Amino acid sequence: MDPFGTYKKVVSARSTLKEVLKKAQDGGIVSTAFIYGLENNLLDGVIVADNAGEFRAIPKVATTPEEVLEAAGTKYTVCPNVSVLKSAVREYGCEKIGVVGTPCQVRAVRKLMKYPIGFRHIPDKISLIIGIFCMENFPYYGLKLIVEEHCGVKMEDVVKLDIGKGKFWVYTKWGETKAVKLKETHPYEQIACHVCTDYTAELADISTGSVGSPDGWSTVFIRTTKGEEIFNKMVEDGYLEVKPIEEVKPGLGLVEKLALTKKEKNLKEIEHRKELGLPVPY
Amino acid sequence: MVKVAHVQLCSCCGCLVSLADTYEKLLDVLNSIELVYCQTLADAREIPECDIALVEGSVCLDDHHSLEVAQEVRKKAKIVVALGACAATGGVTRYSKGNQLSKPVHSSFSPLTEVIKVDLAIPGCPPSPEAIVDVITAALNGDMEYLHPFAELAENGSEACGCDVIYKVVNKSLCMGCGTCAAACPTRAIEMEDGRPNIIKELCIKCGACSVQCPRIRFPELIEKIE
Repeated sequence: MDPFGTYKKVVSARSTLKEVLKKAQDGGIVSTAFIYGLENNLLDGVIVADNAGEFRAIPKVATTPEEVLEAAGTKYTVCPNVSVLKSAVREYGCEKIGVVGTPCQVRAVRKLMKYPIGFRHIPDKISLIIGIFCMENFPYYGLKLIVEEHCGVKMEDVVKLDIGKGKFWVYTKWGETKAVKLKETHPYEQIACHVCTDYTAELADISTGSVGSPDGWSTVFIRTTKGEEIFNKMVEDGYLEVKPIEEVKPGLGLVEKLALTKKEKNLKEIEHRKELGLPVPY
Repeated sequence: MVKVAHVQLCSCCGCLVSLADTYEKLLDVLNSIELVYCQTLADAREIPECDIALVEGSVCLDDHHSLEVAQEVRKKAKIVVALGACAATGGVTRYSKGNQLSKPVHSSFSPLTEVIKVDLAIPGCPPSPEAIVDVITAALNGDMEYLHPFAELAENGSEACGCDVIYKVVNKSLCMGCGTCAAACPTRAIEMEDGRPNIIKELCIKCGACSVQCPRIRFPELIEKIE
């Protein structure tokens, strides 16, 4: 089974922007790419998941680097980013849009570009699609339950959430760190995630995630010509530091393992649904 | 030259406006389109033999002209395309007339797909210019893989409603909250609440854009090819 989908190259990378690294989840790739795009007129609007307080995620059209920075960091809950795509064009007047999304959202964007039935004059305005690695997502109240009941932290006290090393981590504003095994969080996963076999956002221009790279760095797949162009420019202009993926630990092997785990598990679920007579996307 | 006809039944002309929005692009890209019939834009009075008929609007069952035109199109055209929600699913003429009142004795409107055999159906109110171009281009190139979802809609789709995304996706635990349906809706009848679509039924015009755009109902394999 092909774990990663089409890509030109894969590297480990980190932002060189201090203000991004302060707020970023890992290597700050998404924020940096969007800031770079906005500053250099490659993008004039980007769709991001903003923090609407207590880690509620809300889609937002950001048109300045400051707005991108405000939205930095992973939210671990559902954020309907595609829902504001038309608004970015019609209300914000954007013509070169960057979109960040989970693999399922990236697929939705690719579908609407190929079959733009309800998207008049939108497909040609999507300039960059960044995908983030994703095993599953949590509905907001699922997330809240994990944080408050399992980790014993109030949502209002959380400054950062993270998944890594088999655990779900909660960092509080009092400087505490709490963690639970990922296994404990499984019951709160969004069930619809279980028919998805895409871990590394295989249809994005650029996909990124922490897995495979050391702390503070991100693994980055450069998949399309468009993605390659902007990525190379970012490196040339000093916005990103890059290391060959072969030289970092834990390396691509771990990404492959997790990607295949997701595919195998969810392909089984798809078969199971078929046996029950439930529909699956086709 | 590929002969294209635009035929209007019971509709507002919005789909033609959308088609016209691309017409230069069609000429640029293909240089092989001849618009042989289009009552709004050209003088031809009779529907001639043609390769592709883009039929806009639903069929009024209380008006024999409407039925006759529908049948004539089927005879004259090799490929009949139900262009837009009214022809594909009935749209506003069938389910949500609002303040666009028809002639009082005209009360029954059926989508073209229920009256004659239709080859391809493009939902949407109106379908985007890009979608119309893509379908015509694929039809000219015989790209059946691309057209397959539209052929399915022509065969099965005689109804559409915002409720589709509730019944077929949310209720089947397939919705992951991407929000595409909300963006696709031309009347903002869908708002996302807790990562799920909420359909405001007073605003829904039954155009089918939300469900046809949903990646969790249909995700044609060809989308997986990226460059």
